[in-house]
Amino acid sequence: MSKPKVAFFDFSCCEGCQLQVANFGEALLDILGLIDVVMFREVMSEKSEVYDVAIVEGSITTTHDVERIKKIRATAKVLIAYGSCATIGGINGMKNNFDLEDIKQYVYKQDAKYFETIPTHPLHKIVKVDYFVHGCPVYQPEFVKVLKCALAGLSYVVPDYAVCVECRFNENVCMFDKGISCMGPVTRAGCNSWCINNGNICYGCRGMVSNPAKNGQMDILKKHNISLDWVENKMNMYNKPRELDIDEQKHKG
Amino acid sequence: MSKNIKVNVEYLTRVEGHGNIVVNVKDGKLEECRLDIIESPRFFEGMLRGRSIFEAQHITSRICGICACGHTLASIQAAEDALGFIPSEQTIKLRKLLLHLENLDSHILHIYLLVAPDILGVKSFVPLIQTHNVVVRRALRMKKACNDACDILVGRHVHPISCIVGGFTKLPREKELNRMLEILNGLRPDMEATVELAKTFAFPQFSRETEYVGLVNDHGEFPMLSGEIGSTDGLRLNKKDYLKLTNEFVVSHSSAKFTKASRQSYAVGALARFNLNCDKLHPQAKELAKVLGMKPIVDNPYLNTVAQLIECVHSLEESIEILQEFKTKGVDCSQEIVVGLNEKGTIPVKAGNGVGAVEVPRGILFHNYEIDNKGKIVNANCIIPTGQNLNNIELDMAALVPQILDKSQEEITLLMEMLVRAYDPCISCSAHFLNVKFVGR
Repeated sequence: MSKPKVAFFDFSCCEGCQLQVANFGEALLDILGLIDVVMFREVMSEKSEVYDVAIVEGSITTTHDVERIKKIRATAKVLIAYGSCATIGGINGMKNNFDLEDIKQYVYKQDAKYFETIPTHPLHKIVKVDYFVHGCPVYQPEFVKVLKCALAGLSYVVPDYAVCVECRFNENVCMFDKGISCMGPVTRAGCNSWCINNGNICYGCRGMVSNPAKNGQMDILKKHNISLDWVENKMNMYNKPRELDIDEQKHKG
Repeated sequence: MSKNIKVNVEYLTRVEGHGNIVVNVKDGKLEECRLDIIESPRFFEGMLRGRSIFEAQHITSRICGICACGHTLASIQAAEDALGFIPSEQTIKLRKLLLHLENLDSHILHIYLLVAPDILGVKSFVPLIQTHNVVVRRALRMKKACNDACDILVGRHVHPISCIVGGFTKLPREKELNRMLEILNGLRPDMEATVELAKTFAFPQFSRETEYVGLVNDHGEFPMLSGEIGSTDGLRLNKKDYLKLTNEFVVSHSSAKFTKASRQSYAVGALARFNLNCDKLHPQAKELAKVLGMKPIVDNPYLNTVAQLIECVHSLEESIEILQEFKTKGVDCSQEIVVGLNEKGTIPVKAGNGVGAVEVPRGILFHNYEIDNKGKIVNANCIIPTGQNLNNIELDMAALVPQILDKSQEEITLLMEMLVRAYDPCISCSAHFLNVKFVGR
């Protein structure tokens, strides 16, 4: 059996998730033994129009992006959305908190007309996505798991329980008990509570769990005297494009 | 000579971000020479408005995955400047260590994975896995070592977790100091091998008189995190006056924004730092410069890669010294801060305007925030090293092309690509901001 051809692509992003690949060290050579990387612009000059697996980083933010991702989808047998910008819109989604004309004016002044921009969309709002690797940046062990599944043709199920589950296993003192609010209770696990392990809070970069137990959350907020505004403010950092889903549901009635 | 040459490199590879090179020579005359930026804008400065100053680091780190720690440190410095907060000596020292680790990490990536393939005549590091396996393994091992040390210090390199306004949410204990020392000491033999390899590299001969800009100071320390803005033309400015350096201006024939200081353009980065401060490098780095024949002022832009190599030795040795000092004196872990959101009001908030100026891998980086009396960001501005270099790159290209017209189209294309790559441009960084050049859009 020939090795599957894998291509890396990037849209609006910081390219940090691709860099996580280079950070595998010598283990990268083991991975490269199983796949044939045919395109990876950040570190390779080789180009190919033929590939089986597309690993795509970044969000869709221009009409040109929309056409490009559709082409990639049409070519690839398997499409992996890689990193928060691709899976939920991520930090790019903060743009959607503003009027687009206004933010263009603010950043580019009289040259704003040269920059065409559309609201930030995660990939699955435009094309079908087969695998999601959440996180800002992606958590390497999860990426390896997803890659294995993709190569074996198995499905990968993203954990749908809160970051708190992993956080407890790591024996961290709960941020709420320190008097600090945290997005852990409503955010998908899978990162091994990376940020809280290092003394920071969870910012919700992996997206929300499908059932955030709204009433329970309200009780926690009340108990710790945390305003809903705080939660909304943090939600609008990585998860603003979730509103595209809400709008869609409204249209469906 | 009546030669027609058209170079059009779409999606320049082995750089960070998206750019095109366009060169057009008609009847032996250079008609057009540009580096187009085609990265989609991300509007970071606009998105920061209304956000708490304590969130700025988390957000602006995401401007760039390669220099995430550099953005973090410039952002924190600007925020603390605006708040009037003075970090402890220990905090500053640990931040310096972080900056060294990132410099090392970024330079190694550039030297091995982005530049070496051109020198060795291949398209990427992938064919080198077969032909130069030892070299590829060493590169990946070194990259991982820097990354592992960063993981210990700040949680991870790509978007550091524990380094925030006020200090660190997690400080290294003795065990962690030992581990970092072990990793960095372990890097030394690989660094020696890197130096030996780099000695065999032949870089293209080309030079153009250039104004080099970077941080300078009046004492013996190699300036990375503090100092004033200085240049090889004798410019000297307080960091608060950074706009007088960058002088963004629009020219009538295009909508491009240019930066210039004392002359038409200026350059920042490892070569600029070498030209300004080589006498302040670590003795081992100075020794290496001597061996490699690097003497200021070096104005061959291709040698930026050599300046990066010299800096690698400097950063590695200084990192080891900082860690050894902490091992002797110990880390005061009572300085650990709870979290960056200041919900407990540990750092008093007032209205202000702050500037951060930090030497990140690709040159001097500025962050500037204006905040109101509640600590909300009213205005934000970030000026990225690559943005400052774009004008200089184009002028280099324009000076180089007439010198190499006798070469084949392929050779010319490669030399142009190598020139742009030598600057180690971080296009995804520079394209988010006002000082983006977009000739030809």
